[in-house]
Amino acid sequence: MGNTAMPREIRLSTTPTPEALAELRLGDIVYLDGLMYTAREGVYKRALEEKANIPMELPSESAANFHCSPAARINADGSFDLGAVTATASFRFAKWLPEWLEKSGAKLVIGKGGMSSKDYKSYFVPNGAIYLSTVGYGTGALLGRGVENVEAVHWNDELGLAQAMWVIRCNRMGPFIVASDNEGNCLFERENAKIAENLHRVYEGTRPATLKRYGETDDRSDEVIG
Amino acid sequence: MISIDLIEKTAGVLMDKAAIEIPQDYLDGLEGAAEVEDGDLSSFVLQAMLENYKAAKEDRRAMCGDTGCPRWYVKMGNDARIEGGPVALEAALRRATADATNGVPLRPNRVHPLWRTDHNNNVGIGAPEIEYGFEPGGEWIDLITVHKGGLFGTDYRMLFPSDGIEGIKRFYLDSLVAFGKRGLACQPAIIGIGLGGSKDTCMVLGKRAACLRTVGDRNPDPKIAELEDEFKELGNSIGMGAMGFVGKSMVIDCNIEVGYCHTGGMQMSVHAFCLSSRRAVARIHSDGRVEYRTDPEWFTPYQRRETVEWETPQCHEKSA
Ligand code: SF4
Repeated sequence: MGNTAMPREIRLSTTPTPEALAELRLGDIVYLDGLMYTAREGVYKRALEEKANIPMELPSESAANFHCSPAARINADGSFDLGAVTATASFRFAKWLPEWLEKSGAKLVIGKGGMSSKDYKSYFVPNGAIYLSTVGYGTGALLGRGVENVEAVHWNDELGLAQAMWVIRCNRMGPFIVASDNEGNCLFERENAKIAENLHRVYEGTRPATLKRYGETDDRSDEVIG
Repeated sequence: MISIDLIEKTAGVLMDKAAIEIPQDYLDGLEGAAEVEDGDLSSFVLQAMLENYKAAKEDRRAMCGDTGCPRWYVKMGNDARIEGGPVALEAALRRATADATNGVPLRPNRVHPLWRTDHNNNVGIGAPEIEYGFEPGGEWIDLITVHKGGLFGTDYRMLFPSDGIEGIKRFYLDSLVAFGKRGLACQPAIIGIGLGGSKDTCMVLGKRAACLRTVGDRNPDPKIAELEDEFKELGNSIGMGAMGFVGKSMVIDCNIEVGYCHTGGMQMSVHAFCLSSRRAVARIHSDGRVEYRTDPEWFTPYQRRETVEWETPQCHEKSA
């Protein structure tokens, strides 16, 4: 693997102190300890739009919101078997996150692909939250190993296995990558900017399609998701 | 006659293997990529992936928490007979899919597009997809399951002859960069390109090029094989690696399949088969033997035939 510098590795609590969060730098590798819960569109809708009571104490029990639905089953005796764990793309949840961060006090949002620096600056930083990305993103088996126990599954009847609120006890669960910092900088945008510098060269010898698509962009630094 | 119980049992084993064991050809490809990758974050990601495949096998747990969409390709030798016929076959594949969802376990991914109804078993309207192919001769049936990931990495565009190779390259790069940013396509991937056909068959060709051919395999048309090499290079020169970090591993391999199209058009589709390139294959013989493999061997000379009639290759040689 050539002479690449290894990124820093850090262990972090799922109820982290502001000081611990301030320590984190873009690109650091994080392993988590403590309780983490999954919440995605189903939970957000139920908690924020339908104003259902959130079935756990947030953020004292956990300040770590994972955008994920695990590969798991609920056994006949009510116990759980959890296999692999993989995040889902977070940008789709931007609609609910500002209110969710305020209400839940979440300090760690964990998912796939990150958000934009605009999102980070406008509601992550004011709420003292940062974004952790899963790695790969297919490292489901490794993350599964970091799950010590499934403590509860809330709202399974109402939302189904995939959208339910899974409460997971993590033991050195990871790796995750720090994708935003306490100034709202965005790791993915930093990388995209570096890559964009080279793109005109790669595109040499290509030509735009004869038939355009309505509204198509030629701006290669476009973030697409924003 | 091939027993339906054996089909269901084998299908169950395939679901398990696909979800847990990364195919060797893709693993070799990824190890090669990890060796040359020099982006620090990209390298870290590739190492984590290699560890992940190991962990999945050791623990017998799914390599990715996202099941993708399990689907079936069934290929039958012309002389194969199935106990109970095609309806029994389809029921067996649906049962195996549902059972594996609970057994492995796999995340139930399949829901109704509007009502989001979830049967918690990856079975529903049109799910799992079951597609068919046939081969001259043979009393066997090949079962292939592919668990293709993702909402990202696939696109279609109607190009025209005047767009030429330059236009094809453009759309290829556009797709790779668009879905590669932030790693939405979970690259490095096996990229499949479909050229020609109609819109629907173009998508089918591209998807099969990604999912039913292995890393290192080349199209028998030498000029297309050259394009495959060139496109692999081109994708890896974007400067983007795993997760969209600076790097050079974007494409583990590029496979192109073509079909005859409308004289005025040049349809193109691009498909990314992600870091969890999950496929597993078994051939069931009429005498009850089962052989497992990871190469679907889908694109035979028969599947790519151009002529009206099919002559067996031996006759072909005689007449040549
Ligand atoms: S695209 Fe593939 S590796 Fe990525 S989350 Fe989906 S199934 Fe997993």
